[in-house]
Amino acid sequence: MTTRSEAGTLQSKHERNARTRRQRVSGFNLLVSLLTVALAVLFVFPLYWAVASALKRPVELNIIPPLWFPPNPQWQNFIMINDTIPFYRFMWNTAVVTILTTIGGVLSASLVGYGFSHFRFRGRNVLFLIVLSTMMLPSEVTLIPTYLIFNQLGWIDSFKPLIVPAYLGGGAFSIFLFRQFFSSIPKELNDAAKIDGCNPLRFYLSILMPLSIPVTITLCILYFQYAWNDLMGPLLYLTSLEKYTVSVGLLFLRTQALSSISQRGAPTEHLLMAGSVLSMLPALILFFLLQRYFIRGVIMSGIKG
Amino acid sequence: MNQAQRLPLPALRKQKRSKQALAEERWGYLFIAPWILGFIIFIVGPMLASLYFSFTQYSFPLTPRWIGLGNYIQAFSKDELFPTSLWNTVYYVGLSVPLGVLLSLALALLMDRNIPGRPIWRTIYYLPSIVPTVAAAFLFLYIFQPDYGLINGWLWRLFAIEGPGWFISRVWVKPTLILLSLWAAGGPTMIIILAGLQGIPGELYDAAEVDGADRWQKFLNITLPMLSPTLFFVSVTGLIGAFKIFSAAYVSTGGGPFYGSYFYVLHLFTQAFRHWNLGYASALAWILFVIILILTLVQFKLAGRWVYYESGMVDEPK
Repeated sequence: MTTRSEAGTLQSKHERNARTRRQRVSGFNLLVSLLTVALAVLFVFPLYWAVASALKRPVELNIIPPLWFPPNPQWQNFIMINDTIPFYRFMWNTAVVTILTTIGGVLSASLVGYGFSHFRFRGRNVLFLIVLSTMMLPSEVTLIPTYLIFNQLGWIDSFKPLIVPAYLGGGAFSIFLFRQFFSSIPKELNDAAKIDGCNPLRFYLSILMPLSIPVTITLCILYFQYAWNDLMGPLLYLTSLEKYTVSVGLLFLRTQALSSISQRGAPTEHLLMAGSVLSMLPALILFFLLQRYFIRGVIMSGIKG
Repeated sequence: MNQAQRLPLPALRKQKRSKQALAEERWGYLFIAPWILGFIIFIVGPMLASLYFSFTQYSFPLTPRWIGLGNYIQAFSKDELFPTSLWNTVYYVGLSVPLGVLLSLALALLMDRNIPGRPIWRTIYYLPSIVPTVAAAFLFLYIFQPDYGLINGWLWRLFAIEGPGWFISRVWVKPTLILLSLWAAGGPTMIIILAGLQGIPGELYDAAEVDGADRWQKFLNITLPMLSPTLFFVSVTGLIGAFKIFSAAYVSTGGGPFYGSYFYVLHLFTQAFRHWNLGYASALAWILFVIILILTLVQFKLAGRWVYYESGMVDEPK
């Protein structure tokens, strides 16, 4: 304990050091916080711009300096887009395909994951390794024969090629997640159910799945995003306009529908952006509603392993 | 009942166990049956078929004709677009994967701190990944439009720089697509790295502080090594995903300008479903597969040197 008179210099040096240390630390923190905000602005700004542009009139679109706020929000753009191409029909198609795919994927992957986690059978480890290795397989190597299969079946220009594969295993990643999660369920539950004479199917339905809601919801969100945003599948397998999904529909909007309008010279980005915003909405809404489960599901599934 | 009473006890237990084991096996196979079916129909079958096609001249819908290594020879010697598309893809992968991991690492480090409104920032970084690729590409096309887009507008008004052509410049189209991938993929990768960060035991940092380590030393000696398995996972999956770049280019530039964004899978797709050269396209697919396989194996081999597991190094010195 130094007194003021004896070690005055020492004490004030301590004080000075502490002050500079605090300043240095909060200087760093300030910089980092600024960085956080700056990056967030960069990330979110394009989305804002899409919405703003969707609400502008064609003349307001490409002027310099740019208009930050649409002065007269043209909500009717979201209706007008349906006059150019059957966009609402596209959204309906996409919803059908996406929901059916999601149900199939979650159902299928959870059953398979259950099989791998709760039952012992010959070749189990080898088969699971194979499941994992298919995660790294580029789909291009199976693309052409798969197309030929669907062609033989007469399924081209229908939703079946997009939906049916999800029911046959649902994707290696989902199987992996379910299996990891199911493995973490305590064995006592299993044994207790067996003693009560519960058969495996009932165990799956009444006990296992209700316990797995976070993982299930996470996978539902992931499937939904994947199916809703898919381009390659619909591009390959859907040839008639009324069956198009949103991704192909948007592409069609730009390459054919709007190019004929813009031959007259008018900007068309407002419609393109309106379509883009509409195409983003379902996935965004779903994400916001189920965010909590999603983050929890990612962590619970032990992804980092 | 009588028979069971007459059997000696150990034999009885063995009989009961194998009946249970057999039932368990049957249930197991039953539950994984959907995957087995899908695996045979959509993976094994097609892989064998496409391998066969790769050795044929197959102009759909005519029948395939065996030509041995003809397609592979054509790819490496006569097809001008093969080296172009391969180079474009390598360029793209070489930049987007490291930059992507770095960006996501930075974001994850930012999100690992206890700041107010953390879920909001985290959501904002994740949001672009939810946007459909087609919509994202159109959005970027608009923002990076050379004449009236935002970016060139700001470059001119703030710095008096005449911005490049971005999507319509042969030199700039790949960097622009890389920017698009950073924007769209930064979020999900951040989530994965963040999960890895939060698994690092706090005691390690406390012990280091006692020893007088500063922020940078803690990062280099604790954070990075403990994070290396996660970074490895992200690099491997990132590389595989990046090699398959297709949608963004197909939608925004169609492979142009002057094949500047003509990526490998775009070449494959064009050969298969525009020219209907199914044999040649199958060969292209297998070449891609082998390339990805080799790169992945190389990464696994290198992992022994820099990936640190709690239980020890991946590769024991021989």
